[in-house]
Amino acid sequence: MAIIERPAEAPATTNRGSAPTPKASTNYGYLRRPVETTGWRSWAFTVDHKKIGIMYGAVAMFFFILGGLEAALIRLQLAGPDGTILSADKYNQMFTMHATTMVFLFVMPMAAAFANYFIPLQIGARDVAFPRLNALSLWVFVFGGVFLNTSWFLGGGADGGWFMYAPNSSVPFSPTNGVDFWGLGLQITGIASLVGAINLIVTVLNMRAPGMSMMKMPIFTWMAFVVQMLLLFAIPVITVALFLLMFQRSFGAQFFSVEAGADPLLWQHLFWIFGHPEVYILVLPSFGIISEVLPVFSKKPLFGYPFVVFSGAAIGFVGWGVWAHHMFASGLGPVSVAVFSVATMAIAVPTGVKIINWTLTLWGGKLTFTTAMLFAVGLIVQFTIGGLSGVTHAVAPSDTQQTDTYYIVAHFHYVIFGGAVLGLFSGFYYWWPKVFGKLLSEPLGKWNFWLMIAGMNLTFGPMHIIGLQGQPRRMYRWTEFRAGEGFFNLGFWNLVATIGTFILGVGILLFLINVWITHRPNSKTPPAPADPWDARSLEWITSSPPKEYNFARTPQVSQLDEFFHRKYEDVGEGDKHEYVQKMTGEEVIQFEEDNADPNIHLPAPSYWPMVLAFALPVMAYGVIYNTLLIVAGGAIATMAMFGWALEPADAESSDFDPPVEGDETSKELANV
Amino acid sequence: MSDSLISETVKDAVQIAKDHNGDVHEHDVHAGDNHSDDHGGHHTSLGLSNTKLAMWLFLGSECLLFGGLISTYMLYRNRHSENLGPDQLWDIPFTSATSFVLLTSSLTMVLAVSAANRKDLRNTKIYLGVTALLGALFLAGQIYEFTVFYREGLGFTTSLFSSSFFTLTGFHGVHVSIGIIMLVAMIGMLSKEKVSGDEAEAVEMVGLYWHFVDIVWIIIFTLVYLIPA
Repeated sequence: MAIIERPAEAPATTNRGSAPTPKASTNYGYLRRPVETTGWRSWAFTVDHKKIGIMYGAVAMFFFILGGLEAALIRLQLAGPDGTILSADKYNQMFTMHATTMVFLFVMPMAAAFANYFIPLQIGARDVAFPRLNALSLWVFVFGGVFLNTSWFLGGGADGGWFMYAPNSSVPFSPTNGVDFWGLGLQITGIASLVGAINLIVTVLNMRAPGMSMMKMPIFTWMAFVVQMLLLFAIPVITVALFLLMFQRSFGAQFFSVEAGADPLLWQHLFWIFGHPEVYILVLPSFGIISEVLPVFSKKPLFGYPFVVFSGAAIGFVGWGVWAHHMFASGLGPVSVAVFSVATMAIAVPTGVKIINWTLTLWGGKLTFTTAMLFAVGLIVQFTIGGLSGVTHAVAPSDTQQTDTYYIVAHFHYVIFGGAVLGLFSGFYYWWPKVFGKLLSEPLGKWNFWLMIAGMNLTFGPMHIIGLQGQPRRMYRWTEFRAGEGFFNLGFWNLVATIGTFILGVGILLFLINVWITHRPNSKTPPAPADPWDARSLEWITSSPPKEYNFARTPQVSQLDEFFHRKYEDVGEGDKHEYVQKMTGEEVIQFEEDNADPNIHLPAPSYWPMVLAFALPVMAYGVIYNTLLIVAGGAIATMAMFGWALEPADAESSDFDPPVEGDETSKELANV
Repeated sequence: MSDSLISETVKDAVQIAKDHNGDVHEHDVHAGDNHSDDHGGHHTSLGLSNTKLAMWLFLGSECLLFGGLISTYMLYRNRHSENLGPDQLWDIPFTSATSFVLLTSSLTMVLAVSAANRKDLRNTKIYLGVTALLGALFLAGQIYEFTVFYREGLGFTTSLFSSSFFTLTGFHGVHVSIGIIMLVAMIGMLSKEKVSGDEAEAVEMVGLYWHFVDIVWIIIFTLVYLIPA
C-alpha cells in the first residue's frame, strides 16, 4: 500500500522527473493500482485526503454559484409587483432547487471539504482511516449533485419546496420527474455523507497522534466530529423517508396519500428528525472554524475550551429533541407543542455558551482584523441576530403567526448565511495559505467581507419586516394592491432585498476574483510564509501546502495548541502566564523535517471508488426511466465492489523505481 | 451438538477474548502508521481496529434505518381492508420456523468466526457455507410467504398496511441477501487467498453484520407477527 517509502535521509521529493517509464504489470491485469501522480488521473483516482478535500471544495463552490444564480432569479422575480421573469411553476422549481443546492450541494460538501482536509492534519495523521472510501464519498457526492441538476434539462426541477411536504410531493401535484430526481439525488448524496461520516469518525477516534487525547484535539476537529456523529444517525432517517417517497411516486404505494388513509405527518416527522440535526450539521463546522480563527487573531487561547467542546456535544444531543418545532402549525396537540417549545428554548443555551466563549476570547486580546478575523466576528454578530429570531419561533403562539412567512426566511438565512457561510469564508481566508501556499489579497478580502455583510443585511434584514407584514414565503408574485403603506410598504422592502442580493453577489464575485488574482499564471503573489498568522494548532507544524505524507514525522503532542507551545515558552510565575517566543514557526517545521521518520507508508490510488460512484446515478436514472438501467447500474456496482475487494494492496513492483540501495522496501513511485 | 464441540467452542471463545485483549490488528490502512510504536501491528488510538469500529458505526446507523421503517409499519399496521389484515394472513408456526432457521445461522456464524480464529480454514468455510445456506433457506421462506400473501390478494399497493409491511420485511430481506453474498464472497476469497490483511477479522466483520441482521429480525418478528394489532 505504500507509494512512498524512503530512507531517513533522502527527502521524498528527490528523483522527480528522472524516473524511468513504468512497465505494465502482468500479475493482476485490470486490477492494478493506478500510479499516476500528475495530470487528471492523479486527481481522479487519488485517495489523498488533501486532494479530495480540494475537489470537494471546488465542486461545492460551483454549486454555490449555481444556487446563487437561482437566488438571484427569485429576487428579480420579487423585485417589483407582478413579477414576470419566472412563471409560477418555474418559481417553485427555483426556490426548491436553490435551497436543495445550497444545503446539500454547497454547505454540507464545503464543510466536508474542510473536514477532509484538516481533520487528518489537525490530529497528526497521514490520511483518513479509509482512503478509498473517502474517494468514494467525493465521487458519490459529485455524481449525485450532477444527477440532481440534470432534472433541469429533463422536464424541470423539483417544485415542492426543500422539505417536500406531502401532498405537494405526490404525482398529481408534481407530475414531472423533478421530485424523483430530487429524492434519488439526495439518496445518492446521502450515501456520500454516511460513508464520509463513518470514515471521519474512525479517523478521529483511532488515528490521533501520540499524546493527543480527545481533550487536546483542535476545536475544529471536535466540532467536525460532532457533525459526523449527527450525520451518521440523521442520514438513515431521511433515507427511509426518501425510499417511501420513491415507492409512492414510482411504484404506486400510498404512504403519504391522505385519500388512501395515510398520515401526511409521517413525512414531516421523518423529514425533520433528519432536518433539525441537519441544521446543526450545517452550522457546527463553521463554529469550529471560527473557534480556531478567533484565538489566533486575538493572541489568546480559546476561552473555556472544554465549554466550547461540551456545548458543541450538547447541541449534538439536544438537536435530536427539537424537530417538531418545525411543525407547530400542523396540529400536533398542546402537549407536544409545549415539550418541543421548551426543548427549543433549551438548545439556545449551549449556543449562547459558545457566543459567550467567543466574546471572552476576544476580550482583552491583541486583536488583528484580518479578513479571516472579520468574517469570524461577522459570524458572531449575524448568527446572534438569527439566533434571537430563532427564539421567537420557539414560542409556539408567536411561531404560529410566523409560519410560512418571510420572517422564517429571514431567520434561517441569518443562521445559515450569517452562521455557516461566513464561517466557511473565514476558513477560506485563514487556511488558504495552508492549502495553496499563497495568501489571498487582504485589501480585496476586506472589500469582499464588507460587501457580503452589507449585502446579506440588506437582503435578509428586510425579510423580517415583510414577513411580519404577512408576505408568504413561497408566493411567486405580490401585488401593489395589497402591499401596504409607508414604512411597511412591501414593495420598498422587496426592492431593497433584491438590491442587497446583487451587492452580496458582487461580494462573492470579489472572492473569486481574489482567487484568480492570487493564482493566475503570472501572478505576482509571493509564496506565503510557513506560519503567516502565528497559528496555534497542529496542522501548521508542516510545510504549506503539506507534502502528500502530511508530516515529516508523526508529531508528538503534549498540549492543546501544540504548535503555539512549541513556539512560546511560559516564563510567568505562579498564576501569571507570560509567553516569550523561543522558536519561530519556520524553525519548528524545520526541526520536524530534520528528524523525519525513516519510512512512510501511504495508501495507493484506486480506480474503483469512481466506478462504484458512477453506478449510482445509472441506477437512479433506471428508477425514473427504465428498469434495465437499474440492472446495468447494479452490475457496474457489483463489479466495482469486487474489483475493490480484490484489488492488490499496493502498486506492482514494476510500477516503482528500482529499490533504493541498502533498503529493500524503499521505493519511490515511478512517474512522479 | 456434542459436548466436545461445545467445550471446544467455549475454549475458543476464551482464547479469542485473550487474543483480542489489547489487540491492534488494523490491516488495510497504513496511513496512520506510527513507527515509534514497535510492538508490531499498527497502533490505533482506541486499540480497536479501524475496520471493526467502522462496522459498529455502520450498524449504529442501520438501527435508525430500521427504526424509521418499523415506525412506519407501526403507524400503518391497522390501516387495511377488513379481510386482508395480519389476523387473516399470518401463519405464525411457519414464520416461527423460518425465524428459527435464521437464528440458527447466527450460531453457525459464531462457529465460523471461532474456526477462523483457530486458523481452521476448512471449518471456517464449511460453517460460512452452512450460514449462507440457512440464510438462503430463510429467504426462500420469506419468498414463499410473500407469494402466499400475494395469492390471497395482498399486493404491494393494496393498502397502507401492505406497503409498509412489504417495505419493512423487504428491506430486511435485502439485508439478508447482501449478507449471503458477503458470506459466499468470503468463502471464495478465503479459497483463493485473496483476503488482504487479517482473515479472521474479515470473517468477524461479516459475522457482525450477520448477527445484526438477525437481531433486527427478532425485533421485526416480535413487533410485526407476535404482538396482536
